This record gives sequence, C-alpha cells and structure tokens, in this order.
Amino acid sequence: MVVGESSGPVKPGSYYGNAIPYLPIAGYPGRIIAIEGTDGVGRSTQIALLREWLEVQGYGVIETGWTRSELMQPTIDLAKGSNTLNKLTFVLLYATDFADRLEKEIIPALKAGFIVLSDRYIFTAMARAGVRGVDRTWMRNLYGFAIAPHLVFYLRIDEKTLIRRVLQSRGMDYWESGMDMKLGDDIYESFRAYQRALLREYASMADEFGFRVLDARRKIDVIQDELRRQIGAFLAESDASTQSRVEA
Amino acid sequence: MEGIDGSGKTTQLGLLAKWLSATGHPVFVTEWNSSALVKAATKTGKKKNSLTPMTFSLLHATDFADRLLYNIIPPLKAGMIVLADRYAYTAFARDAARGVDRRWVRELYSFAVKPDVATYFRVPIDVSVDRLMARRVKVKFYEAGLDMGWSTNAIESFKIFQGKVLDEYDRIVDEYGLSVVPAMGSITDQQRVFRRLVSQHLQIEQSDEQLEELV
Repeated sequence: MVVGESSGPVKPGSYYGNAIPYLPIAGYPGRIIAIEGTDGVGRSTQIALLREWLEVQGYGVIETGWTRSELMQPTIDLAKGSNTLNKLTFVLLYATDFADRLEKEIIPALKAGFIVLSDRYIFTAMARAGVRGVDRTWMRNLYGFAIAPHLVFYLRIDEKTLIRRVLQSRGMDYWESGMDMKLGDDIYESFRAYQRALLREYASMADEFGFRVLDARRKIDVIQDELRRQIGAFLAESDASTQSRVEA
Repeated sequence: MEGIDGSGKTTQLGLLAKWLSATGHPVFVTEWNSSALVKAATKTGKKKNSLTPMTFSLLHATDFADRLLYNIIPPLKAGMIVLADRYAYTAFARDAARGVDRRWVRELYSFAVKPDVATYFRVPIDVSVDRLMARRVKVKFYEAGLDMGWSTNAIESFKIFQGKVLDEYDRIVDEYGLSVVPAMGSITDQQRVFRRLVSQHLQIEQSDEQLEELV
C-alpha cells in the first residue's frame, strides 16, 4: 500500500505501508510523538522541556533524531563532507539511518511502553527529497516501513524569521543551503530559495500526515504550554482507553 | 549475471568480457556492493554483526544507487556494454530470503535501469558448496545467513539460506523473464550457451541499426 492512499489515514502506531514482516508491532503500548520543522524553530529546546515534564509525571521517555544511528553517523558525516553524494544516495543513506534507529531504538521502546520523542521524523527526509525532485510515490513507498506517529507537531515559521534565526545560530551550511542543487553561486540566494522550497514541501504534507501546526514565532514557553496541553489531552484519553480495556 | 555464490557467474562474466572486447565491443564491469560510499558502514555493521535485514537491504540499495550513477549510466551513455556481476535481482532474492517484504524491495529498486539481458546461472546448493569448499573459501557470516539464527553451523546455515535464495530466484526468473543457464556443465559449455544468448541480443541491435540505415 502507498502512504496516504485511499483507505484513509493510517492508524497511529502502525506501519504506513509495506510492513517489516519480521517485526509485528500491533498492540505495543508505547507512543511516538514527533516534533517537525525546519532549522531554527527551537525543536531541541521544546523536546528537552517536554521530556522533563513527561518524566515528572512518571512516563518513560526516549529521544531519537536524524543521523544519530551508530551504524550510519560516520558515513553520513563523511559523505556530506565530500561532494560525491547525489539526491538518490543522499535519500538512501538517511533511510538507512532511520531504519537502524527504528529497529534498534524506536520499536523496542514502543514495546516497553516508552514515549518516543522524535526530533524530526520521516517528513524532514520527504521534504528534502521533494525539494530535490525525488519521485514522491517512490519516497512514500521507501518509508512504508515507518510507523505512523501518534502525534506530529509541525513548528511552522515564515521564511524571513527562519533565515534570520539560522544566520544567528550556526550559519548556513552547504546542504542546508541546497548548494548541491546548483541553484546559483550566491550562497545566500541559494539558501533562501532552498528554505522557501522546504517550507512549501512541509506545508504540502500537513493534511496528508495530520500535522498539528504550531506558530514557532511565539515565545518558547507559550509554545511549550500549547504542546503540553495537546499532549496532555492525548495521553489522558489514550491512558483512559487502555485502562478500560484492562478492566474489561 | 545472477546466481548464488559458487554458481560460477564471475568466471563466466570474465570469459564473456574477454570475448566482447576481442570482438570490438567496449566493456565496463561493475560488481555488487563495491562502491566506496557505504564500505565503512557495511564493514562496521558486519564486524559488529549489527546489521538487520532492513539496514542490510538499504545499504545495498545505496551502494547500487551510487554505482548506477557513476559506473552504470555513464558507460551506457558512452555506448559501452555494462557487465554487472549481480544486479537488483540479487537484492530481491537475498532480502526476501531474510524476511524483507518482497513488494517493498522491488519498489525500492524501481530507479534501476532495466537490463537488456539478464542471465541466471542456476546451480544446486550441493554443487555450489562443493565448489566453494574446493576453493577453500571461508563462508562469511552474512553470506551464510548466520545473522538469521537458523543454524550455528556455517555450512548448514549457508545451505538453508541459499536454499531460500534459490526459491526466490525461481520466482524472479518468471517475474522478470531472466534467461537461465544451467551452471552444472563444464565452464566451456556454459560459456558457449552464454555467448549464444548474448550474441542473439547484439545481432538484434545490429540488425536494428541496419534497418535504420536502409530507411
């Protein structure tokens, strides 16, 4: 099955498409909460605060994020340093990283009842591939083995704010400026065009994947309050239904 | 060229390359899992036995994509004959034997160029094991399918794993119309069959060109 095809939205906690046949995951008690968004929207700050809040309430939490897999990190770092990557190998290296983390971190955590806080999820990979013109259907099939998160928050920001925040924090880099796409020699113009295209890609996925969109231009604590309100409501509801199942 | 380890396909490929070059066809050879891009990750994963069927599959797809863009498409554009020692069908067979979803892996490789001729050197497992033993090849962990835990004995595990791979190849032969060369006969006999197969194809192309000239 293709992601987002006919049969309606995929049930959270199940595979999007062609499952990993040797890893059945039905009925696992854990939850995946993904925080998506471009650079400079404050994802890691929000995740650190959420973790603290969840743990105080007694929830077990693990964090995961791109290129953190033991298997792929050195290779991805090396490949990004050289200029031999193309859009296809770029996409596949990241998919391998995701698969490694999915099997070694995410699925075991779901099985053990943890809340997985994911700093970006497959949507970042899809947005980057989309901007580079990789076939959309192929990308969705590729990530058919990904598990649909229970909640996806998209921290949305406008182009102007995004550019200023990135320049203020760590500056532009080759890949995040889309320099591999040879949009032009001017790195600033390339960066702007690339980030604008990325924002369009994220926006185009919002309905398909049920993003909960938050305005990331607001203050950190305002965004955190909103995240906690929505996550709290979700957990209260799902804990209640688990409870009633147990009692029944 | 497809076939399990010990099917003799690499020997056959070498002889075919000699013949093609001698008859004036420029040849480029590319081997499965040979790109520098994923070498380090594959090595680390193999050394620690930490590869899963999915990451094993994706690393090989990355290797293939890298070679497709650097080693397969450019020689094709330059009018050369690319001889591939294993192609996407190897992934279809091995990954499915490891329990990866068949449709998923086929869709994964949909960016591959469809080969003009795909040959499968079919050999029974016992013959392949005998050949590998005769060459004193030490069967490696993943080649033997030891990661699957079917048996702790390398030879036993190899036989079980390659048996599953053979079953997958049988499906693939029908699905993609691979030309089967029985690989039990003498090297020379096999090569004769192989050359006949390839020359049929080259002649077809030549006659197409001749037709175009006539028009």
